[in-house]
Amino acid sequence: MTVVAIIAGTMLILAAALTCYRILAGPNSLDRLVAIDTAMAVAMCGLAVWAAASKDTTVVPAIVALSLVGFLGSASVARFRVGDDQ
Amino acid sequence: MTLILDVVSGAFMILGSLLALTAAVGIVRFKDTLSRMHAATKPQVVGLILVLTGAVIQLHGNVDIWMLVLVGLFTVLTAPVIAHMVGRVAYREQGTTDARLVVNEMAEDQE
Repeated sequence: MTVVAIIAGTMLILAAALTCYRILAGPNSLDRLVAIDTAMAVAMCGLAVWAAASKDTTVVPAIVALSLVGFLGSASVARFRVGDDQ
Repeated sequence: MTLILDVVSGAFMILGSLLALTAAVGIVRFKDTLSRMHAATKPQVVGLILVLTGAVIQLHGNVDIWMLVLVGLFTVLTAPVIAHMVGRVAYREQGTTDARLVVNEMAEDQE
C-alpha cells in the first residue's frame, strides 16, 4: 500500500504543479478558475489517497468540505466575476 | 482476500491519479478556455471517483465511508453545473471558431 501511495502521490504532485502553471499563466480569469477547480479536485484525490494509505479517516470530513467549498467558489466566481478588460 | 482487495484498490487509485495527471496535462496544453474546460471536467471527475472507490475499498468496514460516497455523488452532481456556467461565460466573452462545432445553439440566441 505504501508503494501505491508513493506512485499516486507523485502523479498527483506532478498534476498539481502543472495546474499551478496554468493558474499563474492563464490568459484570463476563466482559465484560472478552471485550473483552480482542477487543483481542488487534485487536493481531494490526495486526501483520499492519504486516508486510504494511513487507514486514518480523520481527513475524510475535509474532503467533504473541499468539495462543498469548491462548488460554491467556482459557481460564484463564474456568476459574479467582472471581465478582465474592465 | 486482503491481498486481493489491496491490489484492486491500489489499481483504482493509481488509475485515478493517472487520470488527474492527464487532466492537468490537458489544462496546460489545450489552446482555449472551452478545450481546457473539457480536460478539467471529464478526466478529473472520473479520476476523483476512481480514487474515492479505491479509498472506499481500502477502508472497508470503517464508519466514515458514507462521507466518501457522498463526495462522489456531490462531485457528479456539481461538475456539470460548474461546466455549464463557465462554458456559457467563456462562449459569450471569447466566442469560438464556429467551424469546429457540430451544433451551435447559442449562436441563435445571440442574434
